[in-house]
Amino acid sequence: MRNDPLIPMVAVVTDIRTDTPDVKTFRVVGLDGRKPFPHVPGQCAMLSIPGVGEALFSITSSPTNPDYLEFSIKKCGCVTAWLHQIEPGQQVTLRGPYGNGFPVDTDFVGKDLLFIAGGIGLAPLRSVINYVRHYRERYGAVDIVYGARSKADLVDYPEILDEWCHAPGVRVHLTIDNAQPDWGGHVGFVPNYVRELGFDTGKTVVMCGPPVMIKFTLAGLQALGFRQNQIYTTLEMRMKCGMGRCGRCNIGTKYVCKDGPVFRFDQLDTLPDEY
Amino acid sequence: MKKLPISQLPALFAHISQGQKLYIPADVGGVPQFALWQPGMEMTRSLNTARSAKDLFFPQVENMVNFKVTGKQIDVVESRDPGEDFVLFGVRACDCRSFDILDSVFLDAPEDTYYKTRRDHATVITLGCTEPEETCFCTAMGIDPTTPGGDASGWIAEDTLYLQAHTPKGEALLDSLPMLQAAQSEAVEAARQQLRAVLDRLPLKELPLEGFTQERMMTLFHSPKWKSLSESCLGCGSCTFVCPTCQCYDIRDFDDGRQIRRYRCWDSCMYSDFTCMSAGQPRPTQMERFRQRFMHKLVYYPANHQGVFGCVGCGRCLQKCPIHMNIVKVAKALGEEIQ
Repeated sequence: MRNDPLIPMVAVVTDIRTDTPDVKTFRVVGLDGRKPFPHVPGQCAMLSIPGVGEALFSITSSPTNPDYLEFSIKKCGCVTAWLHQIEPGQQVTLRGPYGNGFPVDTDFVGKDLLFIAGGIGLAPLRSVINYVRHYRERYGAVDIVYGARSKADLVDYPEILDEWCHAPGVRVHLTIDNAQPDWGGHVGFVPNYVRELGFDTGKTVVMCGPPVMIKFTLAGLQALGFRQNQIYTTLEMRMKCGMGRCGRCNIGTKYVCKDGPVFRFDQLDTLPDEY
Repeated sequence: MKKLPISQLPALFAHISQGQKLYIPADVGGVPQFALWQPGMEMTRSLNTARSAKDLFFPQVENMVNFKVTGKQIDVVESRDPGEDFVLFGVRACDCRSFDILDSVFLDAPEDTYYKTRRDHATVITLGCTEPEETCFCTAMGIDPTTPGGDASGWIAEDTLYLQAHTPKGEALLDSLPMLQAAQSEAVEAARQQLRAVLDRLPLKELPLEGFTQERMMTLFHSPKWKSLSESCLGCGSCTFVCPTCQCYDIRDFDDGRQIRRYRCWDSCMYSDFTCMSAGQPRPTQMERFRQRFMHKLVYYPANHQGVFGCVGCGRCLQKCPIHMNIVKVAKALGEEIQ
């Protein structure tokens, strides 16, 4: 009997890291103990727990990691709440990868990159950032602007402090929404911080975060002189299939699951704004 | 071309159903629908079935796979119906075109093997229309109902059924039916002429669809007419369920106490939870959901499929919508606006 792309493989969660009060990062391998499948930064996979549901998550680990896939997941619904109470050794089902991913081996090559993320929006960008760090010589300067509600809400904070902040040619700019006693860094929202930092407009921007952050940051970048075709983002829509058939993620002539989730803003500008 | 007196249809059906399952449009419980043929079952006199023929390839609910969950362990249990050969008799030209549209969705790589299995097992015999209804507008969607397609086509002229094979599968089926006699095509040609004359008098034979192009996508999307067109929409989803080309689906799990059954079922872009996420709702009111359905059929799908509309003009939604709103009214309102 033929297998179907909708029938998932079984995988195991081998490690669970608590990143923030509502974000955990799950390390997943196949039943053979190996990485389930190769992917491109920005691609997603369908994770499911039979009986609870199936949902699409961006793969946060870099393709350069040979051993496993990681998913940083915020607790916000049925499937995510269930995932947040499991223990290592739990099996889940997995299918994918889905989507186009970021053009890390084409358009990004040789460019100065500016990553802008808010909250859990770092999850898809972490894959790109670590890919770029791995192939550091292929890219120009790297700036990372990352903001969260509070210090405790910064996802992957240890990796940011211990690795990203010390990486050659990488500048990290962190900010939190409100001042707190144990925070010596910048305080304020991401859009304002980006404007204050005032980046060189030759950079290629990769942005992901809550819609309100995207909206104001995009306006700020354009005010600085960035063009829409320099700015990439990744969209989130409800999905059931991952192959452009279930109909949920249809925006105009595109399906976010297969034509996206990565789009440039000049591409989004030609589509209905139903995302 | 082959022929058979209409009086011998029961014998034809009986012969076909000896070798494989046969579905014909019949009145079951007072509703015309494709039903498994059994001795004594007659074809409906209705022009078309209440629900479309898509059910045979893309059923309303189908089990995909089962899971056994034991503690932390998950076992995938194949539960797929292997499928068997069947004949789908009496499909109208509109529904036959809908198979091409569904094919373009489900057989695009990676192909949907559930759908593919049913398509591979099926022999489709279409039936030319003799008395199209006022709600019919297949011609506006570029369909010629005088040549209805499929693996073989049938026409009824006076008391005779004429059959013409189009594919090897259709040929094999017709060759296996000893009661068929060789025939000339004059009677069919006359029936076609008669049909053309009727089609020419249909009120919806033409619709102003020239402007529904990708270039005008954003103009159409932002038309102020969507508000008034969608105002009375109840969001019941009847249009999507009777539609031969609507193919949106949901995937859900059901725990039967012994195992988890993962099934696929039809869904509707007209429903509020279709796109609802914990992070937000990209189509928050019925206006956006209503617009999505018609923009998809009239603009988005054609833009991705060489201009073929995602509607076959069967008219089922015209008959079933409780508020009498439909794709024809939408096409007319917007089509006239952009001309």
